[in-house]
Amino acid sequence: MSDPIYERVRNNPKFAELVRRRGRLAALLSVIVLGAYYAFMMVVAFAPDLLAQPLSEGGALTVGAPIGAAIIVVSWLLTGVYSRFANGPFEQLNNDIVRETLQ
Amino acid sequence: MIRIASATLLALLSAAPAFAAGGDLGAIEKQPVNLSAIGMFLAFVVLTLGITYWAANRTKSASDFYTAGGGITGFQNGLAIAGDYMSAATLLGLSSLVFAKGFDGFIYTISFFVGWPIILFLMAERLRNLGRFTFADIASYRLDQSKIRTFAALGSLAVVCFYLIVQMVGAGQLIKLLFGLDYAVAVILVGVLMVVYVTFGGMIATTWVQIIKACLMLGGGALLTLLALHHFGFSLEAMAQSAVDSHKDGIKAMGPGTMLADPVSAVSMSLGLVFGTAALPHIMMRFFTVPNAREARKSVFVASGIIGFFFLLVCILGMAAITIVGTDPQFFEGGKVGGKLLGGGNMPIMHLSKALGGDLFLGFLSAVAFATILAVVSGLALAGASAISHDIYARVIKKGQCTEQEELRVSKLASLFLGALGVLLGIAFEKQNVAFLVGLTFGIAASANFPILILSMYWKGLTTKGALWGGLAGLISAVTLVILSKAVWVVVLENTAPIFPYEHPALFSMTLAFLVTIVVSKLDRSEQAKAEIAAYDDQFVRSQTGIGAAAASSH
Repeated sequence: MSDPIYERVRNNPKFAELVRRRGRLAALLSVIVLGAYYAFMMVVAFAPDLLAQPLSEGGALTVGAPIGAAIIVVSWLLTGVYSRFANGPFEQLNNDIVRETLQ
Repeated sequence: MIRIASATLLALLSAAPAFAAGGDLGAIEKQPVNLSAIGMFLAFVVLTLGITYWAANRTKSASDFYTAGGGITGFQNGLAIAGDYMSAATLLGLSSLVFAKGFDGFIYTISFFVGWPIILFLMAERLRNLGRFTFADIASYRLDQSKIRTFAALGSLAVVCFYLIVQMVGAGQLIKLLFGLDYAVAVILVGVLMVVYVTFGGMIATTWVQIIKACLMLGGGALLTLLALHHFGFSLEAMAQSAVDSHKDGIKAMGPGTMLADPVSAVSMSLGLVFGTAALPHIMMRFFTVPNAREARKSVFVASGIIGFFFLLVCILGMAAITIVGTDPQFFEGGKVGGKLLGGGNMPIMHLSKALGGDLFLGFLSAVAFATILAVVSGLALAGASAISHDIYARVIKKGQCTEQEELRVSKLASLFLGALGVLLGIAFEKQNVAFLVGLTFGIAASANFPILILSMYWKGLTTKGALWGGLAGLISAVTLVILSKAVWVVVLENTAPIFPYEHPALFSMTLAFLVTIVVSKLDRSEQAKAEIAAYDDQFVRSQTGIGAAAASSH
């Protein structure tokens, strides 16, 4: 007993396109963020010395500092990438679907 | 030179000479009454009470009360989410971790952050499109209304209560220390203000309290960071070099240490933090305050930018404190550098603000810390009240057959009840070490709430039976493992060795919850299960497009 409105959306090829494209982007970005983070955690657990190397000869800052900061900054930038696509072209697609369905 | 205790105390008291006599000289932890801090905090309270009065006139319907009528913009909501997440525990706890453990504290900070992008990529739009007032709305969308809603509401309440105790105990100790008020007075003050914000101003007032507090915290943190950088000639390398010279671990403090050396603890902790964050009821509730999925995405972008920026500041502050606070005898009990910090291990950032900005800045940061606790407990109380009134009362007990006004009245009573409970538990737990409650909060959120939530949105095959058994398995295993871990088994129950060797249960309890949910759902061949699986297709369309989702009211 599916709702006829939802049935109409499902039959709209644009819906399949929206789900596929947005889903692919979300999955890709999640893999990048979680992949980078868990790779970092595995280095922390198994090869901590890699992160403890000094940035410059005799310096106190280690390579771990910029790498850790980069994980935060890059994953934030990726939320910007997702929002840009999802609120731009995908939202347009979504609005088309809603309009075509409810007219 | 080692100064004697009384000399240090005298130095401390001279900070506020006129009020020293009122301070409790017996307990070193309780500081003299700090007038500038109290003044600034009062200004915050007056402002937020004014907002509550304004919000009360606009809070007429249930939707106004629970979600500010869905009329909050993405940017405002982003600030408010950041306000909800940057609690006193993050400001004080993370900076003191960096202060004490160096790089390990930084790793912890990163783990606290990574949940945010994941919430955006996998959850934000579906949360917004499926939910109305509470996370139980989503979990019970196509499953058995009374069973799943009851379970989800109880899961929310458990998380809210444990977190509330943590915040209340933190509030009492912090305020006793910074403002020189009695522990019980501080806890009651927090409880009363929280109930006033929530019952009269609902989500509108709570949101604005969060926004103001987020701005104050961000401004204070940025200013303190500038002062700290200035102290080291705006060179991070100079700051790090000096930290290495001052820290007891020397250069080792700048690389991963022993805290997370074991991969099982590291993964278990990060799973709990990342996915527990995603299932905290007061955080999820914020997604229902924006008008649509578009604004929901924008709010996570704004929130994660602010949280990430603030976390980086907090780490820099922790590193600066290693030198500035860690080598200054005035911040140690009895003036013994390297001994016990005045006020306990969570205080480095407060001492840092005094060292760099004097008593006025310390007062400001103390007021911000108090405001922070107030804002976070308000969010918690609202989430708990809506679980009681919307889920349990209106949907389960009354089966949807009650008026909006009745539901609103119950939610106000519920927040009053939660306020009283928070005060009582806060006083009861005064002398307890409540660190285990943080593990419990995130463990339950990640193991009992998160699997049901994510599977209900993503997995067609989920059935009521599966969700219920899986959720129970996650709940029981998370609670059991926390009890058997060091934080309870050794610290609270005073046994010699923990039975469960890790601090965070999520790796085991969350995996178990997913497994049980999937297996039981697969084995469920009932008619009801078939109907629930069939209903996924319509839910999927709504979760993707927002068609049929509650729209914003005009505000």
